[in-house]
Amino acid sequence: MNRFLDVWRHSVLGRHLLTALIGLAVVVVVLESVGDFRALQLAAMAYLGIAAGGLTVLTGINGQISLGHGALMAFGAYTTALLLDDPTSSMPISLVVLASTAVALLVGTAVGVAAARLHGPYLAGATLALAIAVPGIALYFGSFLGGEQGLRVSLPDVPVWALDLEYLLTGTEMSRSQYVAYLGWITLIVTFVLLANLARGRVGRRWRAVRDDEVSAELAGIQLGRARISAFMVSAAAAGAAGSVLAITARLAAPSGFTIVLSLTLLTAVVLGGLGYLSGALIGAGLLTFLPPFVTRIGGDAGLSDIRAAELAPLVYGLVMVLVILLAPAGLVGTTRMSLAGRRARRQMAAAGAAGATTGSPGTTAPHDSSDEHDPGTPQASGSTTPKGSTR
Amino acid sequence: MLTLDKLTAGYGPVTALQDVTFSAGKGQITAVLGANGAGKTTLLRTVSGLHRPESGTISLDGQPLRKVNAEQMPALGMVHVPEGRGVITELTIEENLRLGGLAKGGKLRSEDLERVYELFPVLADRRASLAHTLSGGERQMLVIGRALMSEPRLLLLDEPSLGLAPRIVAQIFDLLRGLVDDQGLSVLLVEQNARSALSVADHGVVLNLGRVVADEKASVLAADDQLRHAYLGF
Amino acid sequence: MQQLVNTALGGLTLGAVYAAFALALVLIFRSTRIVNFAQAPMAMVTTFIALTLIDAGYSYWIGFAAALLSGLVLGAVIERVIIRPVEDKPEINAVILTLGLFITLHALAAVIFGNRFRSFPAPFGLRGLEVGGTTIRLTTSGIFTIAAVATVMVLLLLLFRYTDVGLRMRASAYNPEVARLLGVRVGRMLTLGWALAAVVGSLSGLLIASGGLVHPGYMDSIVVYGFVAAVLGGLESPVGAVVGGLTLGLSLSFVSGYLGSELVALAALLILMLVLTLKPGGLFAVASARRV
Ligand SMILES: Nc1ncnc2c1ncn2[C@@H]1O[C@H](COP(=O)(O)OP(=O)(O)OP(=O)(O)O)[C@@H](O)[C@H]1O
Ligand SMILES: [Mg+2]
Repeated sequence: MNRFLDVWRHSVLGRHLLTALIGLAVVVVVLESVGDFRALQLAAMAYLGIAAGGLTVLTGINGQISLGHGALMAFGAYTTALLLDDPTSSMPISLVVLASTAVALLVGTAVGVAAARLHGPYLAGATLALAIAVPGIALYFGSFLGGEQGLRVSLPDVPVWALDLEYLLTGTEMSRSQYVAYLGWITLIVTFVLLANLARGRVGRRWRAVRDDEVSAELAGIQLGRARISAFMVSAAAAGAAGSVLAITARLAAPSGFTIVLSLTLLTAVVLGGLGYLSGALIGAGLLTFLPPFVTRIGGDAGLSDIRAAELAPLVYGLVMVLVILLAPAGLVGTTRMSLAGRRARRQMAAAGAAGATTGSPGTTAPHDSSDEHDPGTPQASGSTTPKGSTR
Repeated sequence: MLTLDKLTAGYGPVTALQDVTFSAGKGQITAVLGANGAGKTTLLRTVSGLHRPESGTISLDGQPLRKVNAEQMPALGMVHVPEGRGVITELTIEENLRLGGLAKGGKLRSEDLERVYELFPVLADRRASLAHTLSGGERQMLVIGRALMSEPRLLLLDEPSLGLAPRIVAQIFDLLRGLVDDQGLSVLLVEQNARSALSVADHGVVLNLGRVVADEKASVLAADDQLRHAYLGF
Repeated sequence: MQQLVNTALGGLTLGAVYAAFALALVLIFRSTRIVNFAQAPMAMVTTFIALTLIDAGYSYWIGFAAALLSGLVLGAVIERVIIRPVEDKPEINAVILTLGLFITLHALAAVIFGNRFRSFPAPFGLRGLEVGGTTIRLTTSGIFTIAAVATVMVLLLLLFRYTDVGLRMRASAYNPEVARLLGVRVGRMLTLGWALAAVVGSLSGLLIASGGLVHPGYMDSIVVYGFVAAVLGGLESPVGAVVGGLTLGLSLSFVSGYLGSELVALAALLILMLVLTLKPGGLFAVASARRV
């Protein structure tokens, strides 16, 4: 137990790996206790979570906004569909996911290079243009990419070792849906460990420095362009992995799956959860997955037709997004964290005051909890300190 | 005319003005002097409603200005010409002046425009050019002209001499003196250029680190060697 | 030859609509430094309001006027209630806010008006005019589109150049603090700017819808084309937006006519990236140093 605490306290990687192990255990317990329908829902949550995690790194930690991540997911999804096209191929599924990640990484590098100089509304507009341009590629190369109908994804058989392992552990057969859900969640855990390590390390510090203040970052010897592009690459790679899981879950890669709506949905997940927190991205993805059926049922009960009731969910998250920015710009996780930290700081100050210590003005005891996650309470949605009108 | 009573203002933890108390008399030029960072700009911004004071009162003709916004000041007869002049460079010279004429609310009067053009013939010649084509001195004429468009009773000027040749400064100060003497205008003149300011002002207030350290007739201040050396640098 | 002329004419009509939309974006950007991505669903909502009235038996023109009027109100309310609080915050907050608004209006329209394609009437004929024995691809509706956009441009120009309120609006956009010191109620001018922009946006929504199909998402790509057009013109100049809109309409019409309509959005993306890389201040910028 003491060793365990030691690792927790002193090694970032160790802490992340332990969290990952605990996460894996939770995933196993949950997936073993749910049916096929829920398993597929959880798989959907996984791909939204992976993409949102990548977007959180980009937007929350590096301060770049992207409305084109849905398009980057499309690259991952189509790669997966093409690689799984041949039912006789024996390419392991992990390689398929990796290859899809690599393709999105390549595309993301190009986009990142082009976008590195852009800020705020310019970056948003350019990535939005990407989001509406990419589906057109699938249509243009219709004979190869399936046009409007898209490509069906044939899921390979569950590997024997997985079946065996499942049987040994639980004494039951693994269903395909379960297999897909495991695939999604293991991808998510691996992605999150990598993202968390990057965000906590030197690279992450650079990303944050660039986000917070470009001029000082540059003075500190950070190459702005390189930091921006690397953040975009990492985030695009995550989107590629997410697209791959999406294709496998939905068994389809079609242009209609990668509209602006998907890109905006990802942004919603990130904002809802709290910009800059991986855990927030996961919570956001959970909300996006489980809120719609719930809200749709309420709408149906209230007498709306199914199609209209289905639109209540986006209505809710659109509204929540507006409210989050207006009332709690740090999002769910960020706001809770800040209020906890604030309470802790107040308590400390009260204690210090009682002890008669008069040093340390209120301005200097920042509620900064460094032992915690990636981003100790950025007060705004992002730390981008560029005031509007600086170009005036 | 304008009375400040125990005015305190700052920016978060920074206190820029501390218990500032003085009055600017009617039909007079009151110079506010002090080194960089003394709080002069903050003083004007607080008086004109751009910056919220922490405490204290500001009154114009005995009426406290607590609830008055910056955009209502011209209607009360007070116009603030900000530091760095505040020419709207994207508008033409005439448009800048028209804005001044609209400041009180209501319609523009063409005789006001003609009066200002008479005062500054340079502006008349170039009325249709964009204001960013003007030189520093011309810009200063433009903003003073623009302020005069609304026929103010009190003019707040923030460092009008900044970056101008001594000859132009003298010209502008002469003009101010003329307006004060002939038309009963009152001026609150913030300056670092203490020597020129005191030569034109009736009264002087010296600020140091946000506090009033002297409040005297201009001629008295100019003659006080010790004070001049300590705070005014000449 | 005939195809060339037709493609150009089609591009001009489309360009007029892009120009109007770009103008709506520019009007807001130059006073608040916000690109209003929600302009697209705002225009969509007002077009649905028009359609509802027309379907209820009122004339096309009643619907048209109602759409513009509701645009005016919607723009003012949104600025006042939602945008005002983030006007002095980091720019990313406003971006996310307008996107949240985008999703909200989109979903709201789908709940209220339904999520299917509905046809929208055209005020005038949709058949190509006959010139010298051949039919060209310029319809009466197309002429109406160009005339409507031109009229709005002229009206806006007159407003900004020759009226007191126009002068106050420009002053608030260029230098809000000095404007305040000159008695301008800057907040009110911003609200007015948003309201006017929303009217122009609604107009472009109506013009695109005329004789076509509407759907909660039918304006989504227009916001991108409008943005590209606005950036072509420098994002701050109303005249630039108009020229940018026409340029883009023509270019995209040629891409669509000669390369394939699937590539239109990709071409827009390429044009945008080229401009941002080579002339970030827009095609007509004198100085090229500018943060984008
Ligand atoms: N926006 C601001 N935020 C924080 N501190 C400020 C701000 N503006 C001024 N200060 C501080 O308030 C104090 C007074 O500044 P102010 O601009 O009023 O001085 P000033 O007398 O006008 O100086 P100068 O002659 O250089 O114009 C200074 O210490 C300055 O650093
Ligand atoms: Mg100053």
